[in-house]
Amino acid sequence: MSWTLTLPLVLPFLTAVAAFLLRANPAGRWVSVVGSALLLIAAGSLMLETLRAGVVVGQMGNWPAPFGITLVADLLSAIMVVITAITALAVSVYALADIDRRMEMLGYHALFNVLIAGVVGAFLTGDLFNLYVWFEVMLISSFGLLILGGRKEQIDGGIKYVTLNLVSTILFLSGIGLLYGMTGTLNLADLSLAVEEVENKGLLTVVAVMFMIAFGVKAALFPLFFWLPAAYHTPAFSVSAVFAGLLTKVGVYALIRMFTLVFDHDIGFTHEILLWVAALTMITGVLGAAAQSDFRKILSFHIVSQIGYMILGLALYTPLALVGAVFYLVHHIVVKANLFLIAGIAQRLTGSTELSRIGGLYKSAPLLAVLFLIPAFSLAGFPPLSGFWAKYVLVQATLEVEAWILAGVALAVGLLTIYSMTKIWAEAFWKKHPEGIDPTPDKLDGPTRAALLLPVGFLATLTIIIGFFPQPFVALAEASAAQLLDPTAYVTAVLGGSE
Amino acid sequence: MNSIILRIGSRYVVGILLLFSIYMLLRGHNEPGGGFIGGLIGATGFVLYAIGCGTADARAALRIMPQTIAMAGLGIALVAGLAAAAFGDALFTGQWLFIGAEGDDKGLPLSTVLVFDIGVYLVVFGAILTLVFAMEEEI
Repeated sequence: MSWTLTLPLVLPFLTAVAAFLLRANPAGRWVSVVGSALLLIAAGSLMLETLRAGVVVGQMGNWPAPFGITLVADLLSAIMVVITAITALAVSVYALADIDRRMEMLGYHALFNVLIAGVVGAFLTGDLFNLYVWFEVMLISSFGLLILGGRKEQIDGGIKYVTLNLVSTILFLSGIGLLYGMTGTLNLADLSLAVEEVENKGLLTVVAVMFMIAFGVKAALFPLFFWLPAAYHTPAFSVSAVFAGLLTKVGVYALIRMFTLVFDHDIGFTHEILLWVAALTMITGVLGAAAQSDFRKILSFHIVSQIGYMILGLALYTPLALVGAVFYLVHHIVVKANLFLIAGIAQRLTGSTELSRIGGLYKSAPLLAVLFLIPAFSLAGFPPLSGFWAKYVLVQATLEVEAWILAGVALAVGLLTIYSMTKIWAEAFWKKHPEGIDPTPDKLDGPTRAALLLPVGFLATLTIIIGFFPQPFVALAEASAAQLLDPTAYVTAVLGGSE
Repeated sequence: MNSIILRIGSRYVVGILLLFSIYMLLRGHNEPGGGFIGGLIGATGFVLYAIGCGTADARAALRIMPQTIAMAGLGIALVAGLAAAAFGDALFTGQWLFIGAEGDDKGLPLSTVLVFDIGVYLVVFGAILTLVFAMEEEI
């Protein structure tokens, strides 16, 4: 039993309990920071172990697969756990200044860490029912975070969020039941073998589409995305940053996992649907963003359009396209979480997120302006930032299979992303503040400024590093895509090599 | 709700439901039941009490904040899971203690599985009551 595999899961839970017990004490918030830092170390060692061994497997409670709950980390899982830990660390530092005393007393830090545990669990589990359990852990803790503070629009967004996610959960659970009825197993590796022996392939495709809808809601795919822009602009900025970075990506991860490992029997049908869904997701997301005038609402709609790119990578189902999807996931989480954190600083300095009511940031807060430009340009795909390489790989993959229309869509959506980003730039940064307020960060005291700007700077640096030195990241994505396309190693590691 | 029947009745029902929930918790090892369902049943008792006598009374009867109960449960479940590591087994492997075992008679078997289940019981019990009390107080 390797600790490297279980620590990333156990640490956030321990942190949650400690943070809850210390919630009345100012030390409580530091518990969250220290816990996230330890999680990053644990995730790093899991990454190293995965690079060395290929696939790391652990059987909970010594019950051998496929009977017990299996934890598996292949390269994709390990990458996702590392990026989760990075986001968690950045957000928990930011939360030192962002989360007020009242929310801390209500248990913000505990809920946050339970959410992180749910996300890590979803990335590491090798069992379909266990995946469902982690989705529930995420749903309950994220609902708590969403309505923490209890303002009217938070409850409004929270209800939409939970209702749609419950529908998705029920579909997911029904799919699990049907799949279990057909194959008699829920272990992912075992399923990947068992589905080949199912005689009624038509029924299997139906179940595949059920999973596609269930995860599609979680990932905010067209036409199931509308809960996201309704909810993500309401909670505290730390909360919306971690939601924007991680939650939808768990849905994308689940789609990638299921539609490479289990449902690859009828690619002509299932992946064709995904292809058009991806294109429509990109277009509606970016058009929705163009119509918004609120900092966070624009960003929320852009999450939707960016999810389209990742699904495009999965749907094309070529080695290069999957490289693009994995690379895009990593790039997107870093950039998106960062933009939401910046929106929080902008709101603090100028008093609002409504673009018509703010301004003057360029002159008063030049450092923040630079820090905004990096993720914003990266999101739009400017070379040489991380988003450029992600889009470049994906567009090349579409050209490779001569899907001209899709390549055109991907490029046009990139162009429209620039439109939204320049809108934020022109309104929030360039024009004068309409009420004549000078939004200078000097008004904040030193520790607050450091807690707000450090994580933003850290994530921006990461974006630049991925942008200027993409080679190792692309190589990692290539290795992970190869594992996804040929799951033999995954299957034998789970079923054959139990400790 | 101001109903004298519900108010008096719920006082007795709380006790019965709590007892039944513990029965379900212990029964759960080999038969249908367990910590999750036990916690739900136990919480139902206090929910009924809160409806009958108000959340202030229910909180007073509970003595401990439901959030604290849930977190304590999470802690207990974690400790039960991690305990296996101390014996050199994979996490969440059940560790058994047979009290008074002779030959084929296994005596009284105690295990970390039960401790874990008690943790689950407390998590469910605390979480449900946190939610219901909060909602009752909103209305």
